[in-house]
Parts: sequence; structure tokens; C-alpha cells
Amino acid sequence: MARTVIPFGPQHPVLPEPIHLSLVLEDERVVEALPTLGYVHRGLEMLAVKRDYNQMIQIVERVCGICSMIHSLCYCQGIEEMMGIQAPRRARMLRVVWSELHRLHSHLLWLGLFADSFGFESLFMQLWKIRERIMDLNEATTGNRVIVSVNVVGGVRADLDESQVRWIKDTLVEVEASIRSLQSTIMNDSTVCKRTKGIGVLTRQAAYDLGAAGPMLRGSGVAQDMRQLKYAGFDELNFEPVVETAGDCWARSTVRFRESLQSIDLVRQALDKLEPGDLAVKAKGKPEGEVITRVEQPRGECLYYLKGNGTNNLERVRIRTPTFANIPPLAAILPGLDFADVPVVVLSIDPCISCTER
Amino acid sequence: MKMLPTVIANLFGKAATRNYPFTVRDNFEHARGELINDIKRCIFCGTCARKCPSQCLTVERDKTEGVWTLEFFACVGCGVCVDACPVSCLSQKTSHRPVAVERAVITLRGKMPERPAKKGTPGE
Repeated sequence: MARTVIPFGPQHPVLPEPIHLSLVLEDERVVEALPTLGYVHRGLEMLAVKRDYNQMIQIVERVCGICSMIHSLCYCQGIEEMMGIQAPRRARMLRVVWSELHRLHSHLLWLGLFADSFGFESLFMQLWKIRERIMDLNEATTGNRVIVSVNVVGGVRADLDESQVRWIKDTLVEVEASIRSLQSTIMNDSTVCKRTKGIGVLTRQAAYDLGAAGPMLRGSGVAQDMRQLKYAGFDELNFEPVVETAGDCWARSTVRFRESLQSIDLVRQALDKLEPGDLAVKAKGKPEGEVITRVEQPRGECLYYLKGNGTNNLERVRIRTPTFANIPPLAAILPGLDFADVPVVVLSIDPCISCTER
Repeated sequence: MKMLPTVIANLFGKAATRNYPFTVRDNFEHARGELINDIKRCIFCGTCARKCPSQCLTVERDKTEGVWTLEFFACVGCGVCVDACPVSCLSQKTSHRPVAVERAVITLRGKMPERPAKKGTPGE
């Protein structure tokens, strides 16, 4: 059988962002997949030498829109570690609240896109309708829908008053009920299961060896979640990493579904533990030294390497995002699949290409 | 088939969308929209221009007059300048600027604040 090379992307109906895969096919079966990146490189890391370390907060937020809050959280806690300060308790709890709201809306967005990738449009609209409630919470409490811009070195800029806390809690009760009403569709519906169960299986050993991150890793049975590092306010909150063992697309979507419910629980816990206090401590001096800091993004582990030289500008900012870690496992699971399953499997890693290329 | 209860609920429930532009949602109280400068109170210190991450603000001044310019296409609405302003003359509306088709800058001119008289000057 002669081999055919089919270009998949960078413009493809299923892809929210541009990635190119050269798919080598034998008949309708994928033999090899070669990823190509480089369509949305913006050189954000190099801006660190031009902008001062406070201005970089707004720049790293733009690495990825969907997890903007978590990027700036990671950056700020790195600078704080370098300067030897710690954000006040209230600020750390507020960081948890907004980062979990971001995880929640990111997972709802992904679940919708995933439903769309196998043609389940009504589920897609239903999930995005729920997500809009979370976007409203973000806008009302921080000022912006997506890029919330609440972190500063030493704490946060925005606060929640009593009525907002009550409103968030009330909204989350309704959001949880609407998400749960879709549980049986996402997990047990026969059409969904047919397109996701047993497709794109990544074994536990392969996930570990290839360095998969986030729901991709947890969907293959490895209980690793960077929130276990107890950054921000996670040291006072109870949670267990969500793990599924099947390693297929169904497991990855189930992990994200269960994580969105877990995020609601974490927001509630953090709101209950809010106590009056300062929002930020003053950062004195200039960052100097090297630091590596990690957080859990909706897509997995995100690593920041920061190097300061005692001036206003950082010498180097290096960002390693979860999608970058998940591309090798993707290239490993594609061979052997039917061509029609490729969009579903590509989307199951939750590709965030602008993160990856920065 | 698992989706059927949701579909039926949507069929007989309230519409999820608004009849835009005839029905518009009110802005949230803390929403960060259009940046405005009360130029009469501005002292042209240039703090906003130095802090702005997108470098959309410039401040120029001489002894009598100051010029404050905003390239609103470049403004990302982060509100850092509003927080940093020492005389609180900058503020943000809750609504966004209407859509424009031509790139422009907003230029505001004002008088420099009068400096307090130096100590020990004649006449005291």
C-alpha cells in the first residue's frame, strides 16, 4: 500500500490554534505523525530585557489567555521568592479563588470544544452557556473577563467583599447543578463513548516516560498534580489529584470533568477560609538571583525559570508550558489510529499553541 | 439520548441569549473600560507612562504646559496607571470605548501646576 502524506492544520476546523501535523497514512490508518510548530511565536520571553519586572506581569498574562491568572501567579511567586517576601494569607487565598475559577472556565471551554470535535454541537453550546456564568464572576470581581490582571509582586490588587463572596457561592451552586446535569451525557452517552473510549490510549509507563503533564498524565493513572506543592493557599485546602486509569480520550475528558467539580469545591474552601487582612506586602529592592517555580495550570505543570541581576529588568525568563510537554505523547499515540479519530485525539491533549510558542 | 432532559428543559425554558442590541446588559461596577484623565488635576509627573506595560501613554512637559497622550488602540485596560497615579486624576469607566475604524491618539493639554514658593524668597 502506497503511503500518503496528509497535512493536518495549521488551519483546521477543530483547531482553536495553529499547529501543523504531517500525517503519514496507509489507506485510512495513521502510520506516523510529525508535528510542526512556529506559527504564533511572539517573543514574549525576550521582552523581559526591555520591560521592568512589574510590567512583565501583564506580559506573562498574555502568554495564554485562558490561564492568564495562573501564569501571572507563577511569575509573581517566583519574583517573591527571589526577593524573600511572602504574600499575605488573604492574598494567597484570593489567588486560589481566581486561579480555580480560571481552571473551571478553561475545563468547561475544553469540554465544549471536545464535544464539538466529535460533532456534538448541542453539548458544546450547553457547556459554553455554563462557562459564561464563570466569565461574569471574573469580570464582576476583577474588572476583566479573561485577562484579569489581579496579581502584583507581593499580593493581589483586587479584593472581594462580603456580598461578592455570597454571590460567587450562590452562582457556584447553580453552576455545579448544571455541570452535574451533563455528567451522564459526557461520561455515559453511547455516541460519546463510541468516539472516545479506547481511542488514543497512552499507557501509564509511556505517559511517565514521555513526560506528559496534567490531565494527560492523570488520565493515564499517574497521581501527579503541582497543587500538591502547596503553593499559594493550597497548603490549607483539602484535595486529592483526580486520576483515571484507562489512558484514552474518555479518561482524559473524565479527568477534566471531575476536576471542574473539584475546582468548585476548592473555590468554596478558599472562600470559607478568607479572613480580613492585607492584600499585598510592599516589594523592596530589585530581584536578584535565580529561581524555578512551578504551578498547576488547567493543562498541566507550568514551569518558570527567572534570573534577575539586581536591576529593574530580568536577565532571563524561561517558560515551559504543559502543551509543550504533551506534544511528544501526542505524536506517540497517533500512529495506528483511523484518520477520522485524529481531530478527537489532537484535541484531547487540550492544545494551547500560543502558550507553547510564547 | 442522555441529553434529552436538557434539550427539553431548554425548549420550554427561558432564552439563554439577550436580544442584543435592543437589550444590553448593564456593566459591572468594577469593570475596567475606557481610560479617562481629568486633565485639570493632572500634574504631568509621568508615572503612568513609566508604569504602563503596553507603553500606550506618553507625557511631555515644559515649564508652563504639559501634554498627555493616550494611544487607545494599544491600551490593554489593565488599570496599572490608575493605581499608580499619585493625584488620582486617572480613572476607568465601566464601559468600553466605541469601535473605531481609524487609528488615533487622544491628546490632552493642561497647565503645569504652580509650584509652591521657595522658602526664604523675598517678600516673606
